[in-house]
Amino acid sequence: MRRTFSILLRNPLSLLGLILVSAVVLSAVFADFIAPFPLHRGAVVDFANFNKPPEWPYIFGTDLVGRDLFSRILYAYRISLILGVVVLAIAVPIGVAIGLFAGYLGGWTEYVLMRITDVFLSIPPLVLAMSMMGLLEPTLTNGMIAVTAMWWPWYTRLVYNLARSEKEEGYVLAAEVIGASKLHVMFREILPNCVPSILTKMTLDLGFVILIASSLSFLGLGVQPPTPDLGSMVADGAKYLPDSWWLTVFPGLAILVAVFGFNLIGDALREILGAEQ
Amino acid sequence: MTHPLLSLRAVSKTFHSGGREVKAVDNVSFDVAEGECLAVVGESGSGKSTIANMILGIYPQTLGEIAFKGAALPGRRDLAHRRAIQLVQQNPLSSLNPRRTIGASLRLALDVHGIGEKAGRAERTGQLLEEVGLPADFRTRPPAALSGGQRQRVAIARALACQSELVVLDEPTSALDVLVQARVLKLLADLRKSRGLTYLFITHDLSVVRNIADRVAVFEKGRLVEIGPTASVFEAPTHAYTRRLISAVPVVTVAEAALRQRLTEDADAHA
Repeated sequence: MRRTFSILLRNPLSLLGLILVSAVVLSAVFADFIAPFPLHRGAVVDFANFNKPPEWPYIFGTDLVGRDLFSRILYAYRISLILGVVVLAIAVPIGVAIGLFAGYLGGWTEYVLMRITDVFLSIPPLVLAMSMMGLLEPTLTNGMIAVTAMWWPWYTRLVYNLARSEKEEGYVLAAEVIGASKLHVMFREILPNCVPSILTKMTLDLGFVILIASSLSFLGLGVQPPTPDLGSMVADGAKYLPDSWWLTVFPGLAILVAVFGFNLIGDALREILGAEQ
Repeated sequence: MTHPLLSLRAVSKTFHSGGREVKAVDNVSFDVAEGECLAVVGESGSGKSTIANMILGIYPQTLGEIAFKGAALPGRRDLAHRRAIQLVQQNPLSSLNPRRTIGASLRLALDVHGIGEKAGRAERTGQLLEEVGLPADFRTRPPAALSGGQRQRVAIARALACQSELVVLDEPTSALDVLVQARVLKLLADLRKSRGLTYLFITHDLSVVRNIADRVAVFEKGRLVEIGPTASVFEAPTHAYTRRLISAVPVVTVAEAALRQRLTEDADAHA
């Protein structure tokens, strides 16, 4: 763990990733203390200061009803991160368990589970999430459900392939010959050897989940106003380009920073942990 | 009449691959007496590993019967049979889980078979390590911290943890260098004596056979072509294949190997 950290710090790109991700996480967690106008996360209007370019105290400018963009971006990060963490917390265990069962047990179990997984994988992810959000009411919870539904099959596929190669290893045979249960072999012998790859993918995905959630709300299918969301901020501001450029540029940069940061760390982790893709 | 510990009666195994039938083991019968060490030799593809896998219950035989202490072994093994027949694999790099400690790998056998009081099992893993000549505190280490020979000792300790009666040794020394090989063979010989174990020793290395086996079974293309006491098979091989096998391998005894090792070390020291 300490070794991992020191390698992270030595490589300039992964150091940059670490800085970006720390900035995102810290601003999400401490938004209440950092945000100059914490109330602007909700339905506030201040027509005296509407559509202002970046100037003190509105360092990222204000939106069309006079809310501080910087404060709203901090709170949008908080919601994006919560969404990302919740989606992964549900999708990863489901995907991993199905992948382990299919990869280790083989036979009919493998056939049925992997065909179901293929069905989900064959639908373009954004289309699946969009149609689900179209059917359901566009709320944060439903957004999480939609993104989770499209996310677990990727973990199934990853773990399925890992389990199929791990089960040829001698230690699996050794456990079987001793008489260990199938559950033990899957979750105590094989799973620990998949953890590096799963962790790497989770780090990369945290960025992608934020991107997908922003895409959904860009299309109006995600989090609804007045809750701040990076995707809907970009969508709202796009109508006023190029004059009110700050309405799009800063939320857009915020998405970029988060996705880029998680990607850099994910790549670094993959190298350090020697995980397979 | 007392039964042999293990007996195979007209055992065959056919594999299907791509529509073709491959007879890996063809009508093989032999006994393993309690306390003996039977070496199974043959070139790769001779069916010796298939025989080991059937005895271990990794897959069932196509025809014939495998009996343990006179009772036929079921295709799906119960825990008691698993406990009685254990395995030491060829490659100690892969046979221990890289993400679990040595202690956890040993403890699995104790937990699965409910051996000893739960509270004493951690200590028991230490004792097992000492029995194979390793320090007890190795149990907190990952396999990566051990050398090949040490790992193979751990694998042997794991086979002992079950208090097994028959140990299938699948080329247990072929991945080790010569000097370590000799030490591991010595350990195996000592354990056999002190614990009254029975070995089925699979190898293609005839010099190893000379050092450890009471009897030799020679396989060629899935068939048992010769079986008999080690000395007589080596001195007067009756089958042409056995003769070829023996003449093809430079026979090196443990003493010679140790001498060679010493000489090369001396040479290195002078260089």
